[in-house]
Amino acid sequence: MTAKKVRVGFFDFTGCEGCQLAKVSMENELPQILEHIEIVNFREAMSEKSWDMDVAFIEGSITTPACVERINRIRQAAPILVTLGACSTIGGINAIRVGRDLDEIRQEVYGDKRYLFPSLPVMPVSAVVKVDASIYGCPPNPKDVARFLTQFLAGKIPQAPKYPVCIECKLQGNACLLVQGIPCMGVVTRAGCGAWCPSKGQFCYGCRGLIPDANLDALRISFEECGLSQQEIDNKLHLFSGRELEKLS
Amino acid sequence: MSKTVSINVEHITRVEGHGNIVVRVRDDKLETCHFEVVEAPRFFEAMLKGRSWYEAAIITSRICGICSIGHQMTSLKATETALKIPVSEQTVLFRKLLVDGSILSSHLLHVLFLAAPDVLGVPSAFALMDSNPHAVELALKTKRLANDLCDAVGGRMIHPITCVPGGFTDLPTPEVLRDLKTRYEKEMLPMLFEVADILESVAENFPDFTRETEFISLGDASEYPFYDGRIASTDGETYPVDEYLSVTNETIVDHSTAKHTHNKRASYMVGALARLNNNFDKLTDTAKQVAARFGLAAVNHNPFMNNVAQLVECVHCAQTVIGRIDDLLQRGIEPEKPPREWKGKPGRGVGSTEVPRGILFHDYTYDATGRIVKANCVIPTNQNFANVDLDMQAFVPEMLQRGMDDNAMQFNLEMLVRAYDPCISCSVHMVKVD
Ligand code: SF4
Ligand code: SF4
Ligand code: SF4
Repeated sequence: MTAKKVRVGFFDFTGCEGCQLAKVSMENELPQILEHIEIVNFREAMSEKSWDMDVAFIEGSITTPACVERINRIRQAAPILVTLGACSTIGGINAIRVGRDLDEIRQEVYGDKRYLFPSLPVMPVSAVVKVDASIYGCPPNPKDVARFLTQFLAGKIPQAPKYPVCIECKLQGNACLLVQGIPCMGVVTRAGCGAWCPSKGQFCYGCRGLIPDANLDALRISFEECGLSQQEIDNKLHLFSGRELEKLS
Repeated sequence: MSKTVSINVEHITRVEGHGNIVVRVRDDKLETCHFEVVEAPRFFEAMLKGRSWYEAAIITSRICGICSIGHQMTSLKATETALKIPVSEQTVLFRKLLVDGSILSSHLLHVLFLAAPDVLGVPSAFALMDSNPHAVELALKTKRLANDLCDAVGGRMIHPITCVPGGFTDLPTPEVLRDLKTRYEKEMLPMLFEVADILESVAENFPDFTRETEFISLGDASEYPFYDGRIASTDGETYPVDEYLSVTNETIVDHSTAKHTHNKRASYMVGALARLNNNFDKLTDTAKQVAARFGLAAVNHNPFMNNVAQLVECVHCAQTVIGRIDDLLQRGIEPEKPPREWKGKPGRGVGSTEVPRGILFHDYTYDATGRIVKANCVIPTNQNFANVDLDMQAFVPEMLQRGMDDNAMQFNLEMLVRAYDPCISCSVHMVKVD
């Protein structure tokens, strides 16, 4: 098959670069996919007119006025825009509710130099521009990324699962941690990672964000039964999903 | 004829994150010369406040994907020290094994994909595929082996799953470990020697530049210290890790969202070269032999040699991986039961480990419910920025004297910054909340 390759641009905002690293560590999954795509490297200084691409992948959250400007330029140039990872998709760990004013924190960090480096409250990309599809996870799971790309190259706009991690966990045949009194968030967390953490004996901490219609009241009750305080339960819910919860309330 | 130079590299490529090099020389006078960090700040210490003992490592892992194993180890050590959570010998052995893997993974990425294009005279790792396909093949295969080790012990390489306060939630089987050991003996080590051959063949392309400075790393330990030790300096002193603040002295500078540090001199360097300079005698003999092929011995003041020091550490770590697996297999692997609850006294703990780019500190104070009231993290890249600036300020006049044109100077300066392997995302973590 010698169809025209899909031109892909990767753009990196505020994050840990783990998503970027996850990509370069995917060589086992990627050879077949790489045959069909061409990764284009854009010098940021270039004007958007020369940004000729079919799809833009965005990693990282929006955290500064400069980020807002840049994401708008990318959106203008990209016919399809996909967020990759928790930071760009749901705000991710950057959006942990710190319970205090941004200005106050900046004051603590930079003192009277606080206005030297402008920052905004952390936002997912969808708070600023339209997002066509998303790959969840912190980090994204290589198999999930491969699934996404395969469907995408077949001409679909892939959708993420709307069912919880528990379903995948049961399929793996894991002994349930929650039943053993370990506060696992798999019940309310979006699947797609193959129950990565519970399969390794660790509770799910919700890095893929909440499923639609998550029953948070039921979760609170079972976490209370695990011995967590209200504050601890709130903290758990706000680890990755702070921005999603804001939308619900 | 007087010389005027203006170099402005925005978003220098092949480093992790966003930084600019700015140099202005007017009429032979060096007016501006520094490395600007323009990455958006992230407020990790503020994010940690109010968080529980079982969450700190999950959060700080996200400071940096590449250093996530190192951040987790350091974080766990700080928490365990603060809350007096015991750790078994087996846990420590597995953690050291995981750290070896993370050092290999990060160094190989840096040496082969980010730094090697400079000495091999090509613009990028992509271009290497055409000019040196074998180097790319070595890079991919060795990195795969390093990642496989991290996956086996940590559950995954980026933001590992299994490492929690007091132990591991899951461990690899003896079969997996035996297989890894064989692959490290039969594949990893021979491939690393090939990498050494390639670098040695272009060794003269590492610029000849030295500036005397202080090197700080862990030291004074029973083995080459990635996981344990005191703070050691090539100026002769050692300090306990909980006195790190008297060594790091962070300050804010106008041109950078990352803070700078200094000890007794105006700057110091951390990373592979610093570790090697402080602990040369603890390297394996084979690693020492590789160092000798490049004329690298303690104390070496050429920052470009950091790349070679990374290679030397790779050889060292590949060998310690084999030794540690032997050790674990001989002892027999016990399933671990890390604590799910904590009840005890409030307290403060400082954790320090060597991550690929240098010495890292996490400092947490916990209340009686096991939640953080105060946190501070000092990241290696920050500790290097002041040293990078001073190197550039010494290097630019030298290059002018050697009659280099702007392009050659720019090339060398970019190479200098890359030699430090800066991880800029890490460095804009923000300081102190109380
Ligand atoms: S989603 Fe996670 S892995 Fe990806 S950049 Fe953000 S913190 Fe890093
Ligand atoms: S361990 Fe977690 S993810 Fe698995 S079934 Fe139980 S609650 Fe769901
Ligand atoms: S199990 Fe939960 S925390 Fe782990 S990767 Fe999946 S969604 Fe993320």
